[in-house]
Amino acid sequence: MAKHEVKQVERVEPGLWEKSYIPEIARGLKVTIGHFLNNLRPNKEKHTTFTREYPDVPTDYYPDRFRGLHRLMLRDDGQVRCVACMCCSTICPANCIHIEAAEHDDPAIEKYPAVFVIDELRCIVCGLCVEACPCDAIRMDSGVHAHPFTDRGEAFLNRDLLMEMGGLSMAKQGGER
Amino acid sequence: MPDIIVTLLNLGVVQILLIVFVFVMGLASMMTLLGDRKQSAKIQNRVGPNRARLPFINHPLLGIPHFLADGIKMVLKENIVPDGANKTLHLIAPGLVFLPALVAWAAVPFMDTYCAGEMLIDTATWTETCQGEEHRWFQIMNFNSGLLYGFAIASISVYGAAIAGWASNSNFSLLGGLRSSAQMVSYEVSLGLSLAGVLMIYGTLDMNEMVRQQGYLIGDWLPMWGIVVQPVAFFLFFLAGMAETKRAPFDLPEGESEIVAGYITEYSSMKFAVMQLGEYVATVFIAALIAILFLGGWQVPWLFADGFHFGSTVIELPYWLVIILRIGAMCGKVVLLVWLQFMMRWTLPRFRYDQVMTLGWKILLPLSLANLVVTAFIMALF
Ligand code: SF4
Ligand code: SF4
Repeated sequence: MAKHEVKQVERVEPGLWEKSYIPEIARGLKVTIGHFLNNLRPNKEKHTTFTREYPDVPTDYYPDRFRGLHRLMLRDDGQVRCVACMCCSTICPANCIHIEAAEHDDPAIEKYPAVFVIDELRCIVCGLCVEACPCDAIRMDSGVHAHPFTDRGEAFLNRDLLMEMGGLSMAKQGGER
Repeated sequence: MPDIIVTLLNLGVVQILLIVFVFVMGLASMMTLLGDRKQSAKIQNRVGPNRARLPFINHPLLGIPHFLADGIKMVLKENIVPDGANKTLHLIAPGLVFLPALVAWAAVPFMDTYCAGEMLIDTATWTETCQGEEHRWFQIMNFNSGLLYGFAIASISVYGAAIAGWASNSNFSLLGGLRSSAQMVSYEVSLGLSLAGVLMIYGTLDMNEMVRQQGYLIGDWLPMWGIVVQPVAFFLFFLAGMAETKRAPFDLPEGESEIVAGYITEYSSMKFAVMQLGEYVATVFIAALIAILFLGGWQVPWLFADGFHFGSTVIELPYWLVIILRIGAMCGKVVLLVWLQFMMRWTLPRFRYDQVMTLGWKILLPLSLANLVVTAFIMALF
């Protein structure tokens, strides 16, 4: 039979002092009243509130891999990097990427997205589109929080808007670099 | 004073309006917002409701717009009566919870009788006697069994809870109603018994008379408040009172984690709001009772009708200022006690149901009996 290691945990039996509750209740009240009074002080700096008043006050801290609004990366000549392969829209669990491919004039480039719309309200910010993209064309590192939209239509971010937030990618199309 | 106001004051209409609708309803509905939401937020290091805005005022205003929005929401919501519910009983249950809580306020004095003549202060016995006509302007109804009346009326609200639970045709509601009746019945006993000692000392059931007696200064400096002469009873009454109003840590009848919302599960719209409000009004009422019985009601320490008496030095104050100070003291005490009850609520975890019953029958009841016996002994000896 396997030998089990038994860890003895010492139980702290409450004494009569604790069992009578009243002193312990008073101690608890001291803590809560302390918090209450502290957070009532006029000097807001001294408050111990954890709430971040986003979006009234911008957040001061984002983790490195924070996923914000999408952006579409650019080629060296400023054209959209996306080749309209549909990988992202296929994997998107929220079904919120709409792409219409069109033929590119440049024979070296097969397709480009004539229409590329992401519905940011439906997006669940999972980041799978970024993982799926074979050519580093879509990213979510813009650092911009999806802001509240007053109209559903505003949440459809189109290609040019997404490209405005984009930039040059470190990767070279077709490898190398 | 214009005659019409005096006539209305003597009729009691103004008191009813001011006490019930301004003070009680105002305090109770403010509590739902500031007490329940803002205060808990402060305790838990949150900010609390602050997003709703009034039109054209871009300021959270302490979250008060939320409270207005809540009211509108409650009124506009659909009123749902579950299938198979007893429609009539389902309809009257909220009223049965709410009305007694309001009616009980009739006996609560906010100030001594208004003395039209001269007030005589006897510094030997620390009593005030009025030479002239007395007007009961600061109490809706004057009768010498005010305390009994208050208790009798306040305990009716358990019918509301039980009927609501039964009429809803829902097992959660039924359980809630059952729990609530059991809890109310068990705590009513200690609530009443803990007061027996106090009654022996004051020898009256008239609430105003009780408060008057608490103006006496023991050894010419210590106010003879109920908490001084009956500290154990104060503690017992406070605890039993909290259980009676079904506040946490005794909110078993609506234990969210077990029975959704107890007997109010099947209520919606304004009926739900009335139920909730009734509970808050009951909380304020218990706070008022504690203030009157144990914290000297409208008495301000060392303040008598002609000013403050510190030993033999007297700081003279006009009578109207004394009245304002005393009304302020009463309201302030009630607010403070309500605040304390909320603090308890956000400090203590909820009891298990058997623990509530054990506490009620095995601890509070014997303690209040012991308190009664000891008080009787001391009274007999001196
Ligand atoms: S983050 Fe997820 S949900 Fe949003 S667009 Fe990309 S794949 Fe779709
Ligand atoms: S963004 Fe990337 S994955 Fe999506 S269609 Fe363009 S190239 Fe394909």
